[in-house]
Amino acid sequence: MADTDATLDAFRAEISQWIETACPASLRGRAMGEDMIVWGGRQWQFAEPAQKEWLDAAIERGMTAPRWPTEYGGAGLSRAQEKIYREEMARLQAPPPLESFGLWMLGPALLAFGDDAQKARHLPPITRGEIRWCQGYSEPGAGSDLANVQTRAEDMGDHYLVNGQKIWTSYADKADWIFALVRTDREAPKHKGISFLLMDMESAGITTRPIRLISGKSPFCETFFDNVKVPKENLVGERNRGWDIAKYLLTHEREMIGGGARGLLGGRSLGQFLGGLDGAMDDPVTRAEAMACEVNSLAFAMTMERYKDQAEAGQGVGNASAMLKYYGTELNKRRYELLMNAAGSEALEWDGPHGGLAPEWLRTKANSIEGGTSEVMLDILAKRVLELPNS
Amino acid sequence: MTTLMETEDEVMLRDAARGFVAESAPVAKLRENRKAGRAFDPGLWREMAQMGWSGVLVPEVCGGAEMGHRAACILAEEMGRTLAASPFLSTAVVAASTLRAVATDRAGTALGQIAAGDVIYALALDEGRKYAPESTAMQAERAGNGFRLTGVKPLVADGSAADRVLVLARTAGAPGDAVGLTLFDIDAARAGLTRDRLDTIDSRDHARLIFDAVEATGDDVLGEVDNGLAVLRAGVQAGQAAMAAELLGVAGGAYGMTVGYLKERRQFDRTIGSFQALQHRAAHLWAEIEVTASAIANAGRVLDKTPQDAQLAVSLAKARAAQTVDLAVREGVQMHGGIGMTDDYDIGFYMKRARVGAEWLGDYGYHAALVAAARGF
Ligand SMILES: Cc1cc2nc3c(=O)[nH]c(=O)nc-3n(C[C@H](O)[C@H](O)[C@H](O)COP(=O)(O)OP(=O)(O)OC[C@H]3O[C@@H](n4cnc5c(N)ncnc54)[C@H](O)[C@@H]3O)c2cc1C
Repeated sequence: MADTDATLDAFRAEISQWIETACPASLRGRAMGEDMIVWGGRQWQFAEPAQKEWLDAAIERGMTAPRWPTEYGGAGLSRAQEKIYREEMARLQAPPPLESFGLWMLGPALLAFGDDAQKARHLPPITRGEIRWCQGYSEPGAGSDLANVQTRAEDMGDHYLVNGQKIWTSYADKADWIFALVRTDREAPKHKGISFLLMDMESAGITTRPIRLISGKSPFCETFFDNVKVPKENLVGERNRGWDIAKYLLTHEREMIGGGARGLLGGRSLGQFLGGLDGAMDDPVTRAEAMACEVNSLAFAMTMERYKDQAEAGQGVGNASAMLKYYGTELNKRRYELLMNAAGSEALEWDGPHGGLAPEWLRTKANSIEGGTSEVMLDILAKRVLELPNS
Repeated sequence: MTTLMETEDEVMLRDAARGFVAESAPVAKLRENRKAGRAFDPGLWREMAQMGWSGVLVPEVCGGAEMGHRAACILAEEMGRTLAASPFLSTAVVAASTLRAVATDRAGTALGQIAAGDVIYALALDEGRKYAPESTAMQAERAGNGFRLTGVKPLVADGSAADRVLVLARTAGAPGDAVGLTLFDIDAARAGLTRDRLDTIDSRDHARLIFDAVEATGDDVLGEVDNGLAVLRAGVQAGQAAMAAELLGVAGGAYGMTVGYLKERRQFDRTIGSFQALQHRAAHLWAEIEVTASAIANAGRVLDKTPQDAQLAVSLAKARAAQTVDLAVREGVQMHGGIGMTDDYDIGFYMKRARVGAEWLGDYGYHAALVAAARGF
């Protein structure tokens, strides 16, 4: 059924009513730090019972994955409905009931490239927050040059045998499954010998070692594969054609990172934060920078929406989405620089008067590295969008 | 003719300092200190004192090396390069310059102790988010012949190791008035003074100082009552210049690590330093560092020659240094890629120290405004 103004108005009324009832008031309008994100998974512990209540309600309505088909646990919303849903969530200051690499990255890739059995098996547990996924792309020798992955999966007839090492695998120690790029053909040109493989982290031979970040936390790991047996049905798409899936998934990851999924300081806007610092805006340098950030943020948010609408209308934005990743992350880093500067000596402790502002600021420095660096994004734009020649 | 070129003595001092910190205070030492839960190594500070560093600004008659501000800045810069932790800035620079300007017998004795490395000082000025000494609200009430100090200094560098504290408190007027402030030099162990060590991102010594009716005598007052900001001027300016120099060193250290990595890391079958996109940014960073180095050298020269007229030079140095080090650490982390985000790697330490140093005694905006004012804007 096509959306009309009338059906959308009705949807807005209904969905906002639903959020108000389903999302406990105690979760709304609150500063939500990284510690309050609900990631799900077998090891998951809720920080508060209200989070479980909210998640259960969202699962029941398919709202953890608003745009996914209902048969896989989604809500089957149209683009216009989803936009309204996000607007109402923002207006009511409700936190997302569930966030995960499964929702952001693997799900869209499986919907596009997975077979029916893979979709039926893996998508519903993602929407219910039962299985938490991590991303095994990067290796010590394959960062920006991702196609250089060396972790290999040998065809042993009835299974694959995986050996190698991944690095910077976010939350590998907390994840239940991993989606990974593995080399299945060592003779073929780099991009043509890669496959996209799903592995249960409980498989014998997989170990992880956490690495501490400059922000003091340890969300990423080294992940080792030592003679790991993987069932053949876990290979997604065609063998040796994994690069296409990898790239498709990356555009989703990049849009998510570029969009800076979470607002500043758990939902507070720049204006709210700076307004709370008496006199901060009297300094002309701070004021000029704050104004620039606001101007750019507003225009950037519009660009995100415009690109999504274009994608929905079938006018794919393709490589231009690298711009969203580049622009959004650079902007986010700049906003945090501004906040640190405005908070001055109050933000120099790990846990000071503004809570975790300093570690959050340090964490933003990874935004322009993870999911492909800013330099790689600009390279893609220069070569693929501007069509400039290679050097 | 004054020149910003380094003299032979200065080159020798720099080489010696660089060699010493590389050997005795490499970045690994900061990691070690952090692990041990200490902000600096007292043994290292003793060695620095033996080499004359703690007395770099102490007159010879008081037992110091009297090498001057340019020399102090060279030492600070070299310490910045390896993030060497010590109470150098608070003690050897700010306290020494302040006491020297006061020029009483008691100050002379204190200077001798500084030169000998026998005393550590902290400077307790700010009470708010930003450097703004005239906003001081802390009260120094008159009580008999002396004073009673009550108030909080939320983030004092070297505050927990300090034996003595230079503390600014209000004897008249209201917060915002530049007059009515008095500078005290008091024993950190005095009754009523509590110190809470803070866990700051740079792993250095910072403490919250809480004064609860701390007694001070007239002898504890440095210079004139109600005129504390003027009394502090020399010390603050020396500190601003030396911190600017430290930040130049931090920038240089981050730059060195980064260029080293560009020459080593391979992706796409070549060293990443062969990508022009990175080459140009590294070259730009180098240019910024060169330009800042001039402002730092100039500040030292001016403080040595015409200290009464040094604000422009000092503020120019601190403004430039804050901007340059910010660029250096941001580019440093970014050009390292994932490894730059790890705690195991050193570049993050540079980013954290840069942030703290940029705030101390005035940030970019504060000093840029002073430059503009001095230039008649
Ligand atoms: C917090 C964090 C979380 C992460 N999570 C995950 C995860 O869950 N799963 C996963 O697989 N990976 C993850 N990554 C890894 C991330 O994708 C890589 O770090 C990134 O792709 C860069 O690779 P690299 O670290 O090897 O840097 P390098 O590729 O070595 O890059 C070093 C520098 O060189 C630059 N450079 C490289 N090539 C060029 C070029 N051609 N032109 C110009 N400049 C160039 C880079 O932009 C960068 O500045 C994470 C990284 C971080 C920091």
